[in-house]
Amino acid sequence: MAIRERLSGNEAISFAIKQVNPDVMPAFPITPSTEIPQYVANYIANGEMDTEFIPVESEHSSMSATIGASAAGARALTATSSCGMALMWEELYVAASNRLPLALCLVNRALSGPININCDHSDSMGARDTGFIQIYAENNQEVYDNFVQAYRISEHKDVRLPIMICQDGFITSHAVENIELLEDDKVKNFVGEYEPENYLLNADQPMAVGPYAVSNYYMETKMAQNTAMRNAKQVILEVGKEYGEISGRTYGFFEEYQLEDAEYAVVIIGSAAGTTKDAIDALREQGKKVGLLKLRVFRPFPDEEIAKALSHCKAVAILDRCESFRGQGGPLGAEVKSAIYDYAKDVAAFNLVYGLGGRDFTVEEAEEIFNDLEAYDKGEKAFAEYRYVGLRGEGYTVMREKK
Amino acid sequence: MKNTVEIRWHGRGGQGAKSAALMLADAAFMTGKHVQGFPEYGPERMGAPITAYNRISEDPIRVHSNIYDPDYVVVVDETLLESVDVTNGLNPEGAIVINTTKSVEEVRPHLKGYPGKVYTLDAREVSEKCLGRYFPNSPMLAAIVAISKVMTKEDFFREMEGSYKHKFAKKPEVIEGNLKALHMAYEEVE
Repeated sequence: MAIRERLSGNEAISFAIKQVNPDVMPAFPITPSTEIPQYVANYIANGEMDTEFIPVESEHSSMSATIGASAAGARALTATSSCGMALMWEELYVAASNRLPLALCLVNRALSGPININCDHSDSMGARDTGFIQIYAENNQEVYDNFVQAYRISEHKDVRLPIMICQDGFITSHAVENIELLEDDKVKNFVGEYEPENYLLNADQPMAVGPYAVSNYYMETKMAQNTAMRNAKQVILEVGKEYGEISGRTYGFFEEYQLEDAEYAVVIIGSAAGTTKDAIDALREQGKKVGLLKLRVFRPFPDEEIAKALSHCKAVAILDRCESFRGQGGPLGAEVKSAIYDYAKDVAAFNLVYGLGGRDFTVEEAEEIFNDLEAYDKGEKAFAEYRYVGLRGEGYTVMREKK
Repeated sequence: MKNTVEIRWHGRGGQGAKSAALMLADAAFMTGKHVQGFPEYGPERMGAPITAYNRISEDPIRVHSNIYDPDYVVVVDETLLESVDVTNGLNPEGAIVINTTKSVEEVRPHLKGYPGKVYTLDAREVSEKCLGRYFPNSPMLAAIVAISKVMTKEDFFREMEGSYKHKFAKKPEVIEGNLKALHMAYEEVE
């Protein structure tokens, strides 16, 4: 029997951490992820878990200590946001290239400047090329579910890569909502014990971690990481299916909402997906065939699967909660368009930017995007691509007419 | 969506508007509802205006935006009436409740022509009488429950008693005062 509860996103992931009871958690506080080490430290102080908590003096150190613990053979994790992740930057690559299956609980927050504590995806999207697996959540339930699945994916012998479990700062991290929790023993049985093959504290098998790789070795190392990332796709699907068997909630690379017969679709990541679903229900009542592809797994990127799921659509809007300064939209737009080019050329695809620095995204704005897609497709109106949703005043946009 | 009750709280940092929104979410959850309780953070510090929100529904809640057309508004600090458009988008069939010593007739001119129901409560008086200190959030919480009827009176007091016993486990001496403040405020607006 699932446990009916109400928790914020930070409480939800902390509860999952307690149930998994990893070996080591070094952490340094930063809004809006600070509550995670706070809750975990409380659980430890109350004797509800026995994770070794290490207060450190910076995020560079928290990731370094997490790497050290993981290399030693421990199941390790940390939590951070925004500039905290930025300070971990070089260590993120070290974790991935050393094939350490540690977990990073990321509460997405805009990067400075201007300084801002609210949600956007610029921190994790900036880290998209570090070699971390990246999994995103729409709500507190998915944050919880994703963390319970995290080590099963990252520690799998075909993967062995670090994993980032992302949620939207404040929007889910600080919002109390209903949630269904699993019993402790169910979680523990599902996650299992960590049995590393190679680790520093194994005296019978001396090894070096993080040595210099000359040009003769570097590229092979990168291909090994890339192979592991490709392998992660199958593992993510298997773990998501098995999780469905114990929870009733099955997970894949993305969720399709009313997408099967949709003519117009939105591709989006995170909490704004729920808002978009309400817009879809309202438009469906007017007889409009609109749908959603909510991306859960951004690394590895399920390019072929995304393109195929969208291939029957007439026009698609890809929404980025991140500016890439490419001059033409954000990273999700670039990658989804690239996938569409390879696998579904007939779909008209547009990229928009929304929600930077916590700018609210509303049901009405989502409805307007669907209506704009339809008006474009019917030749009534050019589509204003690359615009910022909810921007005051004029901004850069490209008007695209249907050919 | 419209079997969802939406409530917007206006307060100042440190007055407990966010805590009140979370307590309301808690109590409504305990009565079997789907809930959301969340703050909107500006430059958060003591005294700065803050907004908090509640959605309470029979159905799962998916929307994750702020609330622009609330059914009810709670103003925890009346000085906000001068600087914040508290009735913006407020449902004319709904209501607003304001913490003030003034009468409804005195505050109505500050509400930009809002045609709906207006309630006032002197939360300072209630709080100082029952708690000996100024914590406006408990009285205002009771007021909005009495006005919106998002749960029955019995359910509300039962859940709040449980909630206070949990929240103040280490200082049980304040439980009785808080409950007294809830009752006094509830009856006053009822």
